[in-house]
Amino acid sequence: MLPRFWRKIKYRYNLVGTKCENCGSIYYPPRNICPECRRKSRMVEVELGEKGRVVTYTVIHDVPESSKLMKPYVVGIVELDSGARVTAQIVEDPERVRIGSRVRAVFRKYGEEGEDGIIYYGTKFVLDE
Amino acid sequence: MKRVAVIGAGMSRFGELWNMSFRDIVISAGLEALEDANLEGREIEAMYVGNMSAGRFIAQEHVSALIADYSGLASINIPAIRVEAGDASGGVALKEAYIAVASGIHDIVIAAGVEKVTDVGSSSEIMDSSIDKEWEAFNGATLAGLFAMMARLHMHEYGSSEEDLARISVKNHRNAVNNPKAQFRREITVESVLNSPYVAEPLKVLDSAPISDGAAVLILASEDVARKYTDTPVFLDAVVQSSDYLALQNRRDILEMRAVKTATRKALKLAGCSLDDVGVFELHDSFTVTEMLLYENVGIAERGRGHEAIRDGVVEIGGGKPVNPSGGLKACGHAVGATGIRQAVEIVYQLRGDAGKRQVDAEIGMAVNIGGTGATAVASVFRR
Ligand SMILES: [Zn+2]
Repeated sequence: MLPRFWRKIKYRYNLVGTKCENCGSIYYPPRNICPECRRKSRMVEVELGEKGRVVTYTVIHDVPESSKLMKPYVVGIVELDSGARVTAQIVEDPERVRIGSRVRAVFRKYGEEGEDGIIYYGTKFVLDE
Repeated sequence: MKRVAVIGAGMSRFGELWNMSFRDIVISAGLEALEDANLEGREIEAMYVGNMSAGRFIAQEHVSALIADYSGLASINIPAIRVEAGDASGGVALKEAYIAVASGIHDIVIAAGVEKVTDVGSSSEIMDSSIDKEWEAFNGATLAGLFAMMARLHMHEYGSSEEDLARISVKNHRNAVNNPKAQFRREITVESVLNSPYVAEPLKVLDSAPISDGAAVLILASEDVARKYTDTPVFLDAVVQSSDYLALQNRRDILEMRAVKTATRKALKLAGCSLDDVGVFELHDSFTVTEMLLYENVGIAERGRGHEAIRDGVVEIGGGKPVNPSGGLKACGHAVGATGIRQAVEIVYQLRGDAGKRQVDAEIGMAVNIGGTGATAVASVFRR
């Protein structure tokens, strides 16, 4: 159902994005073209680091069928210290998460396609205290 | 460029239309619009249909031909074009129809929108296909969740509250009582909104528009042709579409909807008026927070003060900037691909004085339809 995800597996497992050498902007997920510079862009891969802070978050109660075992779960937008932003789950008690909380990336399971199907992994975050 | 007028408007009921098929729904709206314009049908030269996801909702693609066929227009072989832009599909169909007439290529065209969501499929998961599936939805975000994140940030930075958002839902339900086509024609209270279950904190079930069945149709004509059909046309003076980053994480300012800002300002400029001249608004309220953010991004309220517009009553039917006299998406129902046209139909009724008990006195009206979290925005300006 989601085979296209595997093309970008490297970026999903490790926080690797792209940096435009023309203007210095950093992007995650990686892009082929810098939206600021377009044809002038020169994109190179860059490690984004593991740590950042919560820009905003929510607790999802009405969850997609594929994630019903995790219900409810926290998902947020994290700004890494390198400047890139990532939408990801934050695996913590919702009561402990705040806007501005320091977090670090961890490798976790995201879902699976049925009992014998593919298991999806990716980056989630935990509080970094 | 030719000036464009609306000569006919119609819509189906919105809601769970179990006894009507996709084709029944769109035909009921189309017939009402033809009757309103006093057209027989063969005058139509082209048709633009907004539809987000018939392939997933009813497992039918090629709906442009289907609709042309069942509306009796295949026999005159007109072009029928489906337009998709998430839940801004209707707005973009209106823009395409507008361009076709303004350019002089066609004299009379149909701008339609339709969605049938209750036959197959999980409607909320299909709605999530208007966000970035690989980098937002894969990681656990939903459309509601992303708007919830915006709401949380607004509350954190500006002191808006869950009560403020609830008031938007209460207002739209109150307005819908006087709209015979609306899905929910009953008032609700702030308490009932606050006591409804969370969808994605801080948004609740009653902060969320229902995903509905429905269709809406406008018939557009060039000004000279319009004069043959009506003495009191409503003019469509501008329709502008803009885009933004698809994923919310890529917008540097999460509360700034740049597509909305760009589209509304360009539309006002093209229409030769200012926001102060606009007397009635239909603004996309897929969630209560969506409407609040549109107050700010359209310019009805200053940045960070959207909640004051609802607290102070500015956006009520009796206020200075009435928003969603129809009941909005929240109470009319959000028939996804139809919504942008449904909003335009309401503005047309308002400017013609056909809005009954929900009538607002206005010369100029604006509709703003967005897709997903605002990666597409369409702003249109109408004048009587
Ligand atoms: Zn660049």
